[in-house]
Amino acid sequence: MTLLSLDVLYVIAGLMLTFVAARSARNFTHRHCIGTTSFWGALAVIFIFGNLLPAVVVGAILVWLAVLAAAKQVDAPSEPPVSAEKRSAAADRLGNRIFIPALAIPATAVLSTLIVTWIPLGKVQLFDPKNPTLAALGFGAIVALVLGLCITRSRPVIALNEGSRLIHTIGWALLLPQLLAALGGIFAKAGLGKVIADVVETAFPTQYPFVAVAVYCLGMALFTICLGNAFAAFPVITLGIGLPIVVHRHGGNPAIMAALGMLSGYCGTLLTPMAANFNLVPAILLELRDQNAVIKAQAPIAVVLLLANILILYLCVFRF
Amino acid sequence: MIYLNLIGILVIAVGFACRINTLLVVTVAGILTGLVSGMSLYEVLELFGKLFVENRYMTLAVVLITPVIGLLERNGLRERAEALIRRARGATAGTVIRYYCAIRQISAALGINIGGHAGAVRPIVAPMAEGAAHAKHGALPTKTTEAIRAHAAAAENVGNFFGEDVFIAVGAVLLMKGFFDTQKITVSVWSLALWGIPTAITAFALMAWRTRVLDRRISREVGVANEERKEEPT
Repeated sequence: MTLLSLDVLYVIAGLMLTFVAARSARNFTHRHCIGTTSFWGALAVIFIFGNLLPAVVVGAILVWLAVLAAAKQVDAPSEPPVSAEKRSAAADRLGNRIFIPALAIPATAVLSTLIVTWIPLGKVQLFDPKNPTLAALGFGAIVALVLGLCITRSRPVIALNEGSRLIHTIGWALLLPQLLAALGGIFAKAGLGKVIADVVETAFPTQYPFVAVAVYCLGMALFTICLGNAFAAFPVITLGIGLPIVVHRHGGNPAIMAALGMLSGYCGTLLTPMAANFNLVPAILLELRDQNAVIKAQAPIAVVLLLANILILYLCVFRF
Repeated sequence: MIYLNLIGILVIAVGFACRINTLLVVTVAGILTGLVSGMSLYEVLELFGKLFVENRYMTLAVVLITPVIGLLERNGLRERAEALIRRARGATAGTVIRYYCAIRQISAALGINIGGHAGAVRPIVAPMAEGAAHAKHGALPTKTTEAIRAHAAAAENVGNFFGEDVFIAVGAVLLMKGFFDTQKITVSVWSLALWGIPTAITAFALMAWRTRVLDRRISREVGVANEERKEEPT
């Protein structure tokens, strides 16, 4: 028996998303009320009933969500924010105690994962055995919420309101990692990895482990520079270079490879104007005459860090 | 024509370059890739739906964490973080930026998202760094001011990117986990997060080096500007 399975957490998250949809529906001043409500409502349905719905229906809903987002029908309803004075007053009253609930999330996740691993509870399991860490994290979020409500002496509905305000602010981008992982799965099924691996193997002497590692990291960085997004580059380059060459051919550790590959992608993000949110928008925000000034400040860090990543990966991936 | 399979990558590259909505670009890329590799539209949608449902846990963590983070923000989480950053008063521009980068990186590694270009760099970090340089050197040339601001923005990006990856519940780590799950390879989120630490430390060391260079550059540029000003009247 599992006390806190991922399915339970999916339902809780689905209910939260239903609340987000309802917040938009009840706000009559919201211009894109219908689009926004149906976006979060449909997502709530996928969370709560994901395993029961036919997969093709979920696929069709996904297309609908993408169309809604592209038609700019999903945005945050305007709500008066809490005044700065009120927040400052609360900050002064609570002092550093405000950090306790925030730190409780990782602390609970780490502790409960360790405890669950070391203490057998017989047939009753606290967390989903397939994914104990994520279940522990969900548990951490709930513990932190209770702590937060006690420390701030707030009613639970305030937390729900603030949470849905945050989700509205994040908007459709919330789905991006999940969708990109699904895209990676489709790429894999279509045999994309094989095509890229063939091209790379004819172009570089990948029989040398160092070359394989360097091509993977540089590939992540270059592809991220082109796409402006390391998350989008990850499935393509890992499927094409990382898995077939570094892991399968040379026997590298997939976790180490992926972690450093992603971080090499981030070095690319530091270098590209395609990542406008991180590099161009701040230049405008800070009123800089040179719109590439932020990239220029980051370039020495990005280049040295990329080389460091290649070195760390080469030294560790075949050893651990 | 095996290269036809690469059409998805082309769609992503063109779509991102034209700034078309990312959600739409990714969906279209997936469907087209499936179609050219011989699946029917029904099969592609079915596969997409199945993979999306399997990967729900990526969004799960964010959704579950938002209520408590929202609650804390309402009660002055950012204001308190600001107060911590302001303790670096009286330092050089480089120290202020380095200190911010450290706080940003550590908090991101613990899963707390404070900061941001609009939320912290423009209102707090950049003015404090400029203020520190001004207090030490007097009037600053425009290009020096701009270099300080650009480095403040760089500290935000470096701290954010290379701190976040150490936390297990964020997009990056979960994306990697989800990717390996679809490939039937078992990888623990802990090892993915822990292997981000060497790079995180290196990134901070590099930021520390750049902020020292910045401090030297400020002294030099102010010196040159003062020389020029002295020569002008004659």
